[in-house]
Amino acid sequence: MGLLSKKDAKLIMDPLSDDNPITIQVLGICSALAITAELEASIVMAVSVMFVLGIGNVVISLMRNIIPSKIRIIVQLIVVATLVIIVDLVLKAFAYELSKTLSVFVGLIITNCIIMGRFEAFALANGPWRSFLDGIGNSFGYGLILILVGFFRELLGSGTLLGYKVLGDPIELTGLYAFGYENNGFMLLSPMALIIVGLIIWVQRSRNPSLIEDE
Amino acid sequence: MAINTDKNSYTIIFAIIMVVVVGSILAFASQGLKGNIDENKRVEKQQNILYALGINENDESSVTFVSKSKVAELFSKNITEQLVIQGTKVTEDNEAYLIDVKKQKALAKDPSYTRELPLFISESKSGTYYVVPILGKGLWDAIWGYVAVDKDMVIKGVFFDHKGETPGLGANINKRFFMDDFTGEHLNNSSGSFTGVVVTKGNGDPKNINKIDNKVDAIAGSTITGNGVTSMIKDELKLYIPYFKTLKNS
Repeated sequence: MGLLSKKDAKLIMDPLSDDNPITIQVLGICSALAITAELEASIVMAVSVMFVLGIGNVVISLMRNIIPSKIRIIVQLIVVATLVIIVDLVLKAFAYELSKTLSVFVGLIITNCIIMGRFEAFALANGPWRSFLDGIGNSFGYGLILILVGFFRELLGSGTLLGYKVLGDPIELTGLYAFGYENNGFMLLSPMALIIVGLIIWVQRSRNPSLIEDE
Repeated sequence: MAINTDKNSYTIIFAIIMVVVVGSILAFASQGLKGNIDENKRVEKQQNILYALGINENDESSVTFVSKSKVAELFSKNITEQLVIQGTKVTEDNEAYLIDVKKQKALAKDPSYTRELPLFISESKSGTYYVVPILGKGLWDAIWGYVAVDKDMVIKGVFFDHKGETPGLGANINKRFFMDDFTGEHLNNSSGSFTGVVVTKGNGDPKNINKIDNKVDAIAGSTITGNGVTSMIKDELKLYIPYFKTLKNS
């Protein structure tokens, strides 16, 4: 790695698997349940969180020596909220169509506990560059799980991927549906997201037993 | 230079500065971009109204509005008349489409106020259609839309949108597979009185072949949004019935 030192590269790579925000730190579960019924929504959310967390981490890191510790949570909240609102306003003015797709997520981004968690746990104690890498790494790890869950929920729940009917048409009875296959409507409801996240956690920990917490 | 960030005075001063700075940034951003945002919203309304009339650039499965550059021309060409109905008073107003339905709905809570109801009329060789804006509540937030009907209350086309319904579930009310089902549906029942169109589960007609049953198929997993659509169509279109009655008599 020419660009990144080994320690910096770890900041990006760890959250992808061994320190994943969703499956290991168990943060950001609410949005993982709420918006993963469709692959497209998962991708949009992953990109948005990457943007906000990357920049937010840098801003908090730059302010880390002047933030009064008594009100640091409020300061963090203000930083996220301001960032998200500015992005929303700019999109509304210059990319209206995109802003309509994103407007659903604005509230969810502000309250995403990964963002507050990373501000609190990392950006307040580290320099801007490392905080930026940490933000990108964690949002990658978050996005990865979101996309995985979204993939299975959309495929098994609606028989589509990104809106394309990959399994055939359930009403015209083409493709797999001609053989009596049925979409699993339960996949579209939030409990199924939790079960998929659970399965991912199971697979991950059985492949790497060191992740299993001691009793 | 070490600052003692634990002192109360420092905390208060920091908070005050932060609020002022963030407040001004947001105020400037909001004011500076207001012009663009309002213009986008105006264009969107015209696009939505045209969409309900079936004037769009859809391909097989997408929802594509007429492009921004063509919308003004198409709107003035296709919308031949814009009316504001207030009680029995009907006035023409070329900016009726800018009427804030939400505001009117809120004002109408006061029984002494009569709501201004905008109505857009498209008269062409293929017939005369009436576009009615509708507004209601979904699961999380507002849902709204436009319904184009002919004078016999048969739907020509609809457009629905939402502020924050669940992606993949209720948010699908603005997708083709849902909106297209409404085309051709009758708002009146077989005896001719207004009943609306009910979004319903398990009516055994997923392809929506039966157009006179006042029913369309619901989206699985989004019952409350679907019910919102049902009551929004019923409650808002109901208000226009007196006007449609006058059309019949003339």
